[in-house]
Amino acid sequence: MAQKIVIDPVTRIEGHAKISIHLDDAGNVAEARFHVTEFRGFERFCEGRPFWEMAGITARVCGICPVSHLLASAKAGDRILAINIPPAAEKLRRLMNLGQIVQSHALSFFHLSAPDLLLGMDSSPATRNVFGLIAAEPAFARSGIRLRQFGQEIIELLGGAKIHPAWSVPGGVRSSLTEPARQRIRQWLPEARATAIDALSRFKKLLRNHKAETQIFGNFPTLFMGLVGPDGTWEHYDGNLRFVDSGGNIIADQVAPSRYREFIGEAVEPWTYLKSPYYRPLGYPEGIYRVGPLARLNVCTSLGTPLADLELSHFRELGNGAVTSSFYYHYARLIEILTALERIEMFMDDPELSSDRLRADAGINSLEGVGVSEAPRGTLFHHYQVDANGLIQKVNLIIATGQNNLAMNRTVAQIARHYVHGPKIQEGMLNRIEAGIRAFDPCLSCSTHAAGQWPLQVQLLGPDGSLLDEAVRA
Amino acid sequence: MAAKTLTIDGRLVGAHENQTVLEAASEAGIKIPTLCHLDGIADAGACRLCLVEVAGSPRLHPACVLKVAEGMEIKTQSERLRKYRRLLLELLFAERNHVCAVCVANGHCELQDLAMDLGMDHVRYQYRFQPFAVDVTHRLFGLDHNRCVLCTRCVRVCSEVEGAHTWDMEGRGAKARVITDLKQPWGEADSCTSCGKCVHGCPTGALFFQGSTVGEMERDRTRLEFIVTAREKKQWIA
Repeated sequence: MAQKIVIDPVTRIEGHAKISIHLDDAGNVAEARFHVTEFRGFERFCEGRPFWEMAGITARVCGICPVSHLLASAKAGDRILAINIPPAAEKLRRLMNLGQIVQSHALSFFHLSAPDLLLGMDSSPATRNVFGLIAAEPAFARSGIRLRQFGQEIIELLGGAKIHPAWSVPGGVRSSLTEPARQRIRQWLPEARATAIDALSRFKKLLRNHKAETQIFGNFPTLFMGLVGPDGTWEHYDGNLRFVDSGGNIIADQVAPSRYREFIGEAVEPWTYLKSPYYRPLGYPEGIYRVGPLARLNVCTSLGTPLADLELSHFRELGNGAVTSSFYYHYARLIEILTALERIEMFMDDPELSSDRLRADAGINSLEGVGVSEAPRGTLFHHYQVDANGLIQKVNLIIATGQNNLAMNRTVAQIARHYVHGPKIQEGMLNRIEAGIRAFDPCLSCSTHAAGQWPLQVQLLGPDGSLLDEAVRA
Repeated sequence: MAAKTLTIDGRLVGAHENQTVLEAASEAGIKIPTLCHLDGIADAGACRLCLVEVAGSPRLHPACVLKVAEGMEIKTQSERLRKYRRLLLELLFAERNHVCAVCVANGHCELQDLAMDLGMDHVRYQYRFQPFAVDVTHRLFGLDHNRCVLCTRCVRVCSEVEGAHTWDMEGRGAKARVITDLKQPWGEADSCTSCGKCVHGCPTGALFFQGSTVGEMERDRTRLEFIVTAREKKQWIA
């Protein structure tokens, strides 16, 4: 008899979702669905607001990565004003985004995923969390928490608040880097860098024990998308879009973000509030692509900083052209922390960060604006249309996690196929599905622009839709 | 001018006969919460937050329009007053869409300050607000009815200080709104001199300078009082 497994709710990710696994008559996995069950409606309720307010409003989409929304929104605003922002403002925005990448990646690796990786996927759920990690590896856990704090500190030093700083605005930024703030960052950098290097060496040793995970945690060919600079260097704030295939071949390059609609379609499924973006030339769902750390490392020609580029050469050995296992999102995340720290260090000697020429002034010069930045989880698009007075007529947000939706579904199915044989949910499978999803570091509150907690629910369903087994973890 | 002596919160206070209880209290350093009152322009008694108890009267009186009288006994603080002031404040919040976190006036808002002063940590009533269109047709300024508390400071400051009377009111109850000229878009209101006094007078984020982002709307109320005083005392006429 065919069956369906449901995991609901899924834990240690940001947001709320459930997973259902459909079995065929032979008791094998037919398909798996990752349902995002939250709805918020930002695209609708922002209509009618002055575009000047959009950075402040959309930053509220997420408390983990408000900076990403702040930047993408301000950049969309820059386009509506049709101006180039002052060079100092761009550098300061970049600095804040690097702080954001460090803090968010540190959160994902140390707080959310390290318990699976270091304590073991089959260790007790009661201790397989950040507190269990603190008990087992106090120095490692502390260094990770401090690394996240370092990233948060940069955001606060620039924007006056760790969360939702109303600092990046259409036309530029509101304040520069003070000398005491510069000193504080400079003093903290060596410790942050040591933590990143230590985590990288720990992770590489762990890989020996996680051969199975690298094979089944979302290991399949897809396209990858990310921003790159004019010479293909890793980008996080500006640049153009590049798509590569699983062989590492560039299939579209230097695509101006304003042309995103020619390349990205958004499919809607009735069973989830999360849209499923796809690469339009290949259609839905063949146009499956991944974004985020793994994709950025696959699309870039180099990272542009010495230590990280050395790591990138080791990383590249894990794939044939592109690295296709989603398990390596963790590795890519750590390499990105390293390049972010190296770039922050380079900024510390730049006097322009203290400039007082920070904000360009203009009126409504374009009725449409697309703003793109690389959020920690992947490429983030804010697309606004305004009337002649600057009131928002239409908003389209394409969020990183949404773009990984198809890949996350396929990851769940791949893991389930490996572990589910018959109508009962095994604890090992539950842990691995969670960990597989967690590799993407999904942010569901962002991706549906939704609210709520994020516990795990898995349902096992028969072909007739009947519920066979269910596991819930609060 | 005859002087009157009254008691406010147990203190003997002297005042001119034409003064209001609010003015007398203010001069004596006794703070009464206000929202629609603005130094330099006439009072309207629109918000009722300055309600006080008057000995011998069963009802509460707005201090801003209550004239002083000999022997009057006023209480500005009591459990009953706190209860009513908080109720009024909650109703103001429930009537329009006041979301401080994303408001241009966040941190510089009299409504927000009052909520903090009166300990209003939540609203007990169902939010009744309906969406109003934002008017950003003016070259320099914007109007967001969703943040308006209908204090009419803009109406009074425009009429009394600038003398343009661009602003007025339309509608009743939940449909009441401030309007420019005969309900034209602000940018098309011929009577508007673009002086910005209304923007400086606004207690919330309802009136703002174009291009303001979260928390950027800081206002300079002293300018209005300065202009009024200079004119009344003919300071610039030798």
